[in-house]
Amino acid sequence: MKFSPYKLLVPVLALLAGSTIYGCKPGKAGSSVDADAAQKVYVAPGKYDEVYAFLSGGFSGQVAAYGIPSGRLLKVIPVFSQNPENGYGYSEETKPMLNTSHGFVPWDDSHHPELSKTNGEDDGRWLFINGNNTPRIARIDLATFKTAEIIELPNIGGNHASPFCTENTEYVVGNTRFSEPLDNNKTDNSIASFKQTFKGAVSFVKVNKENGAMNLAFQLIVPAFNYDLAHAGKGPSHDWIFFTCYNTEQAHTLLEVNASQRDKDFIMAVNWKKAEELIAAGKGTKISAKYAHNVYNDKTHTATSVIETETQTIDITKFPGLVYYMPCPKSPHGVDVSPDGLSIVASGKLAAIIPVFSYQKMLDAIDKKQYDGMVEGNIPVLKYDAVLRGEVKKPGLGPLHTEFDDKGYAYTTMFVSSEVVKWKLDNLEITDRIPSYYSPGHLSVVGGDSKKPFGKYLLSLNKITKDRYLPTGPELAQACQLIDITGNKMKLLLDFPTIGEPHYAQMIPAEKILKNQVKFFKLEDNKNAYATKSEKETKVVRNGNRVDVYMTAIRSHLAPDNIEGIKIGDEVYVHVTNLEQDWDVPHGFAIKGANNAELLIMPGETCTLKWTPGLAGIVPFYCTDFCSALHQEMQGYFRVSPAGSNVPIKFSIGENPVTQ
Amino acid sequence: MVLENTIHFVNPLIMKTHTRVLIFISCLLMLSAYFLPLWHILLDAPQYPEGLEMKIWLNGLSGSIDQINGLNHYIGMKFISVDDFKEFKILPFVFGALTLIGIAAGLSKSRKLLWAWFIGLCLFAIVGFSDFYMWEYSYGHKLNPHAAIKVEGMNYQPPLFGYKQLLNFTAGSLPDTGGLLVGLGGVLVAAALFYKPQISPNKIK
Repeated sequence: MKFSPYKLLVPVLALLAGSTIYGCKPGKAGSSVDADAAQKVYVAPGKYDEVYAFLSGGFSGQVAAYGIPSGRLLKVIPVFSQNPENGYGYSEETKPMLNTSHGFVPWDDSHHPELSKTNGEDDGRWLFINGNNTPRIARIDLATFKTAEIIELPNIGGNHASPFCTENTEYVVGNTRFSEPLDNNKTDNSIASFKQTFKGAVSFVKVNKENGAMNLAFQLIVPAFNYDLAHAGKGPSHDWIFFTCYNTEQAHTLLEVNASQRDKDFIMAVNWKKAEELIAAGKGTKISAKYAHNVYNDKTHTATSVIETETQTIDITKFPGLVYYMPCPKSPHGVDVSPDGLSIVASGKLAAIIPVFSYQKMLDAIDKKQYDGMVEGNIPVLKYDAVLRGEVKKPGLGPLHTEFDDKGYAYTTMFVSSEVVKWKLDNLEITDRIPSYYSPGHLSVVGGDSKKPFGKYLLSLNKITKDRYLPTGPELAQACQLIDITGNKMKLLLDFPTIGEPHYAQMIPAEKILKNQVKFFKLEDNKNAYATKSEKETKVVRNGNRVDVYMTAIRSHLAPDNIEGIKIGDEVYVHVTNLEQDWDVPHGFAIKGANNAELLIMPGETCTLKWTPGLAGIVPFYCTDFCSALHQEMQGYFRVSPAGSNVPIKFSIGENPVTQ
Repeated sequence: MVLENTIHFVNPLIMKTHTRVLIFISCLLMLSAYFLPLWHILLDAPQYPEGLEMKIWLNGLSGSIDQINGLNHYIGMKFISVDDFKEFKILPFVFGALTLIGIAAGLSKSRKLLWAWFIGLCLFAIVGFSDFYMWEYSYGHKLNPHAAIKVEGMNYQPPLFGYKQLLNFTAGSLPDTGGLLVGLGGVLVAAALFYKPQISPNKIK
């Protein structure tokens, strides 16, 4: 397709014009800061925060848990990236978590945390998060703050519209940002064959109600657009889930221009209940696919990875009534369903209004066949005016994402005009706006995407920091701002830097998480194949060139702590069991020169470090977590002998006169 | 006004109803020793804001014994193990026998048995607390010479009753629910022996 560079000027001029017309230039820093901000964010030493905030780490691949309102970082939960700090993705037990159909992938781009829901409310059991790059969905267990499961999604590229869940967490979904030919299409396709061979795949991952276990239930094969975000209906709209589509132009090059040509793209409404029924009735088509399914077991403290070989698909063009499109200006990002389930708010990131669609009008338009053309021959596009409830006028520039409070208000981020806009859900009137520093993507209200928002706090999650903190060279932290939304005027309370990119966050009242917290693992329940439950059982076993060291850790010694008979060419597996049975007594384990990370072993847990010694000599090892007054004494030695030497395996620890 | 100080002769062999009521209530309270801990030792330190607790029962120990042993190894204190105490094998029977004497006293209305029970309980308390003190003394003083932490002149004997600072720990030794109920039972036994209800003067002629 030929393209005139002058066309570029049109949207640019429109943006510039827009900013002067609407007068939404961010105010000066400090102008919106609450006079009582210090008091409102002060959490006295030893006191708990009121709310947990789970922020995605973006390109860090992890999730970070913060306390709100203090903004204190509580924990970085390793999910898609190796974490040498605690051995995640390095220990033998956790390596399988990062396995994929492409082999071991030690990193991803984590975007959208999603709390599990019961009756549309956050239940505090699990947190789901998508891996954008190598398409995956992870489930974090909020009792242990550990990643419990990761499932890869076949047939998609860039799992961005994910992992939003249905009202009772029946499913979490994924969909492609980069459409591509399905995995079983083995032809050497050209990129120019986009319109003929590329597809999207709406993936429905079933979540077990009792234990959270995930499995890929089915995929709907949909047109090759870019799918950005999603949200499921609730209450009356329970059966539906809505996806934003951009690049309905189906461009495959210079998308910044070529995917920004149409006035309207789509909200894709999917009747997931109907899809589920079709699958149950055997209407799905099984196709070959290759994707990893990794599960961490809390009893064996070990992950397993299975490569699945099949998925069920439904071609949406063959089943009328499954999918409808609603026209939406322009390149929409967020699609958010109001707490009552009746309004669908879309944020066209290049649009100058925020359209609010009516669920009821959508049903009526479907009934009356008020169509405005078809996609791929037979998937109806509903008439914009028929489904529209109204438009929020002059909201600012670059609306991206909306959440709701408990008082009937909606809050939308404006990326380009760098602000958060508050508007009333019933009359769509804007009541307030507050600057963001700078360029917010998503925002988060406590319970803000649920049926019963908690309100009180809003986090604006920003992409650009610039001058907000002491500079740290060219690479700066990204940040978020905490905003008080209890009054008519939004008040800025706090501004704090985050790990990676705080792409999106979910916030939940702390008591919903606190009540399930695990303090340590029971040693008697430890079913790890290499667990050593007392010092008497410690041993070193050679099997060919494989040496297994069954080691224990307790304040303040590792047993055994003198090990001889290791030879160059050996593969040594050190299985360390932490014998402690008390809260907050982890032990660490590291070996000099090991081409690996450390282990951080929780009480009652067993972790394994693989070590291939490279040099003969005496090699010290030690506990890396300052566990006790005698932590610095918690150490030992390996003797590594040259290859082929005949030093026998020998291991010991001195007699301990104190513990008899 | 003349105070009529009536001298009330008590037939030592005849027991009033209120005395028997006191005896039976006391017996019930004594039985709680089989279901509730008698005593507890508390340890508080900056790193243990929630506290460590060892509960002493008629027939054993419970609570954070493993954690306490874990800490005690730094100072070379002997590991606390229920098996090391013969007391826990004998105590349920001794105390049971005493309570049976109480029940017998109430049933037979015998003040002699009541006295026997009272004296028995007093001896039980004296011997019990002496044994507890010896036990605390022994654990607090007999420290392994190879211990990692040695503080000149320091012993780690917990208090018999009340609180005491032992290095970074505040140690407390106090009766637990069962102990309090048994103590109250003891007071009732004393009351049964010595308490005479005030008799309304106008009934005395």
